[in-house]
Amino acid sequence: MKKNKTKISDIIDALNLKIECGEKLLDREIKGGYASDLLSDVMANTKEGDIWVTLQGHPNIVAVAKLKEIAGIILVNNRRPEEETIKKAEAEEVPIMTSALPSFELIGKLHEMGISGMR
Amino acid sequence: MLRCLRADLHIHTCLSPCGDLTMSPYRIVKRTRAMKLDILGICDHNSAENIQATINASSDENITVLAGMEVTTAEEVHIIALFDETREVLGLQKQVYEHLPPGVNKEALFGPQIIVNELDEVVGYNKRLLITATSITLKELVEQIHDMGGLAIASHVDRETYGIIGQLGFIPDDLELDALEISPHMTRSDALARFPEIKKFPLVAASDAHHLEDIGKATTSFLLEAPTIDEIRKALRNQLGRRIIIGSNEDSLEV
Repeated sequence: MKKNKTKISDIIDALNLKIECGEKLLDREIKGGYASDLLSDVMANTKEGDIWVTLQGHPNIVAVAKLKEIAGIILVNNRRPEEETIKKAEAEEVPIMTSALPSFELIGKLHEMGISGMR
Repeated sequence: MLRCLRADLHIHTCLSPCGDLTMSPYRIVKRTRAMKLDILGICDHNSAENIQATINASSDENITVLAGMEVTTAEEVHIIALFDETREVLGLQKQVYEHLPPGVNKEALFGPQIIVNELDEVVGYNKRLLITATSITLKELVEQIHDMGGLAIASHVDRETYGIIGQLGFIPDDLELDALEISPHMTRSDALARFPEIKKFPLVAASDAHHLEDIGKATTSFLLEAPTIDEIRKALRNQLGRRIIIGSNEDSLEV
């Protein structure tokens, strides 16, 4: 039996994420996941369609997400993106969500939903 | 008259939790003289409480101590702020202290944060959690340093952790850094080959010394009228004959 695809909107509902920007992009499929706060590491190791979990809110996260065709970004621990980050993300069509949970909890829940870092 | 002055712009004292206990003002100045350096930048993590003591310790020497600090931004990027005067760096220190998280340093884990006088006598301990990051963003910090008349230099850009490229993937376009620092671990040409984007910026070499024997391990020689922030700024911008002559991590001069 073919597994249903997970969309960004599915995890927003399930994990009670707050949408910071990219409301029209939530139909995007999530193909996998990656977590890191070192952007050089993210550039080296993410795959297209990953959901990226981080606490960095600097505008560079948008450029990295765009470059690597990341599906969307989740900021953890109630961190908020900088104003400039939101502006850039709107322009570059990168959805950004925030969660009150720390990374470990959030990633555990994403994993339970069938999103894996290994593919 | 322009003259060649050799600088190590990034040195820690025993105030930094990771700084060796022997990194006290008198010993630092003695070592600086032995290494024939003209300019020294004292840059402790998120604090400047040993600056004046080091300036006092150097008063009989032909050494200029720049009043600096190595600030950890919200992105966990290390930035060096350099000023002429202690009061200027203490102004920045006030901002930094207001943006450090509450919490007390745990000496057993991070190391002691010792405040000393020019005779290397202990006068107190800084209890703050200096090892950690402030909530000041990179952009805010660079603007703040410039507003206060200082130079903002990105520390050890070749290092993955706490270096701007490692933390943020690349150097943001809108950041007005005065220079980038290359650590003693890498030659200038290796750094340029590995991170081509850095060629847009003036490059300086500095030791980031945490131990006495590391002072002067990497240096930058400037052609300046006087050992001041304004003159160094001109040199970084290649203005009015002021310039960077050579860094000690140039391949041809590698020690």
